[in-house]
Amino acid sequence: MALQSRYENIELAEHMLLELGRECRIEEETLYWIGMALREALANAIKHGNKLSAAKRVFVEICAEPGSEVSIRVEDEGEGFDPSQLEDPTSPRNLLRSSGRGVFYMRSFMDEVRFLPGERGGTRIELVKRLHAGRD
Amino acid sequence: MKSTVRDVGNVRVIALEGKITIGAGDVQMRSLVESALADGRTKILLDLKGVSHIDSSGIGEMVGCYTTVARRGGSMKLLNLPPKINDILQVTQLITVFDVFDNEAEALSSFSS
Repeated sequence: MALQSRYENIELAEHMLLELGRECRIEEETLYWIGMALREALANAIKHGNKLSAAKRVFVEICAEPGSEVSIRVEDEGEGFDPSQLEDPTSPRNLLRSSGRGVFYMRSFMDEVRFLPGERGGTRIELVKRLHAGRD
Repeated sequence: MKSTVRDVGNVRVIALEGKITIGAGDVQMRSLVESALADGRTKILLDLKGVSHIDSSGIGEMVGCYTTVARRGGSMKLLNLPPKINDILQVTQLITVFDVFDNEAEALSSFSS
């Protein structure tokens, strides 16, 4: 799906994830954490990727394979992003910073998190949660 | 996000309900804390019992509120962490920053100790 760069659309995408996940009988606890990671990927794309531009969209793909994994792709139309520049938000010198935890959230709640160049020049985030592994 | 605000003695108790997330609840929480400070209330207790989600922006605002209140010579503490919110504070290691209570009377009395 293609979404306008508005925070309200995070709710829409999460709602679609939950609907899909329930159809596939994925546990609510697992869905909750996948939803949190999806929210962060979208917030990242809307705020840092597209810089809230109404002219730019965020492209989202959610795929659930019951008993196997949930995979998510979120792609923005921004100028690209280098995750290697991120600092550890749990280090004592960063603990009281008011930003810089979005990617940490994704990495904490998902089994795989990849940042790739998007087809439209922006960033594509790929998230994978293996079912019956890790947190669930 | 919904909120209710009351004063118990000299402590401002702010109860939040729903999602503290980017573009909505995070801004509202900041506004509630700034209002407390504007009212001269520097002892703030955030009751998170009804909070279902807190994203990285919400956590960031909470940390920002904590440091803002501390700079004003006050303190901000947390009450009634739901399990998932507790998990997030553990993962982010912010559980080491905040004073957390599961009993309001104990939380209130801690401000005077």
